[in-house]
Amino acid sequence: MREISAKTITEAVAKLCQEANYYLGEDVVKSLEESISKEESPLGISVLKQLLENARIAREEAVPICQDTGSAVVFVEVGQEVHIVDGLLREAIDAGVAKGYIEGYLRASMLSHPLNRKNTGNNTPAIIYTEIVPGNHIKITVVPKGGGGENMSSLKMLKPSDGVEGVKNFVVEAIKQAGSNPCPPLVVGVGIGGTFEQVALLAKKALIRPIFEHSSNPDNAKLEQELLERINNTGIGPQGLGGRTTALWVNVETFPAHIASLPVAININCHACRHKEVIL
Amino acid sequence: MAVYKITPPLTEEVVSLLKAGDEVFITGIIYAARDAAHKKLVDLIKDGKELPFDIKGQIVYYVGPSPAKPGQPIGSAGPTTSERMDAYTPTLLKLGLKGMIGKGFRSKEVKESLVKEKGVYFAAIGGAGALLAKAIKGSRIIAYEELGPETIRELIVEDFPAIVINDVYGNDLYEEGVSKYQK
Repeated sequence: MREISAKTITEAVAKLCQEANYYLGEDVVKSLEESISKEESPLGISVLKQLLENARIAREEAVPICQDTGSAVVFVEVGQEVHIVDGLLREAIDAGVAKGYIEGYLRASMLSHPLNRKNTGNNTPAIIYTEIVPGNHIKITVVPKGGGGENMSSLKMLKPSDGVEGVKNFVVEAIKQAGSNPCPPLVVGVGIGGTFEQVALLAKKALIRPIFEHSSNPDNAKLEQELLERINNTGIGPQGLGGRTTALWVNVETFPAHIASLPVAININCHACRHKEVIL
Repeated sequence: MAVYKITPPLTEEVVSLLKAGDEVFITGIIYAARDAAHKKLVDLIKDGKELPFDIKGQIVYYVGPSPAKPGQPIGSAGPTTSERMDAYTPTLLKLGLKGMIGKGFRSKEVKESLVKEKGVYFAAIGGAGALLAKAIKGSRIIAYEELGPETIRELIVEDFPAIVINDVYGNDLYEEGVSKYQK
């Protein structure tokens, strides 16, 4: 049994919260650069260049890419040969979020109750998903998720007869409905299959896979390409001002499904598809 | 499409010059207010009470900035989604609010109210909070400090960049832009 202290987890989470918010992923930077050459709208090109300039300032000055530094979504893979000592996992992660957000000048956006709406002041609690995996390590992925894209995300229990066309139509319709709201260009996570609650989680996890890395399942990879093309034909463009670059990338994750069901979920992210991970 | 340098308070004459697609650079004082602050402002109006600032001719910026680092006037400060303020906007326009800066489309009611009350809706680039903060030179809390990032602030801006989305003539840059590039 390998021992990992709660304090180590806290320090790791704090660092990841800050890194994810200051440093735009290299995959996103490369994708924005490539999209400039494909964009037809002059205003769209100007927006894409300003997003790159914004990322440069954030990186060099260690300030957040966006003022909405998100809910702190944390995926934890705990090796079953690991024993967490000197504290509880949940408390260690929340302490890391509080430390990372306060010391890193990140915005506290969490409210203690969705209806009473009082700010907790340190962006806790984190949204935590824990999975037990083989091995003696802990893998922590911090995904700060902003409200703009989250509010435009959607889930539907389709009929199996709706098939792949039904899935595509649902996703493209959600993008059209979202329009300028989630700050396009977008990174789009799509979940298909599983159960009602699981399909949303698949869509969220889809956002963690880097841009330019298609699904290893050839059918999913084909769907990713087809969806990206249809989304970019909507004309929504950078910031919804019209143009070719509505999405930078689409990732699809699937899971087996019930004979009666075809669940589909779309989790929308802005260009700042923030996620940083560490293996302890 | 024209480029204008503007300073609030805005007159009806200036607002009428601005057309969807025009770029503006704003210098002077604007007011930061988002969801919770809007609810409080409209509650004050309902109760017949005075607002924490004179809204006539002013520009409200839908922003909840990240905390300022030591020595900085403000943290990252890009726009938040405007549609959440739609329910409150016609009331504020009626009282003389002239401009709003946010991102994303507005409701039919807001667009009609802009035409009727002579107001303008601007978009700043969503997701460019670090860049936009460069145009903000000062920040002072004027009400509801307890709301944290949703506090009402007076912001001193210099050449703050925005694009006219909805003008007093009923134009909508989002609709025009998308129909142009749709395949």
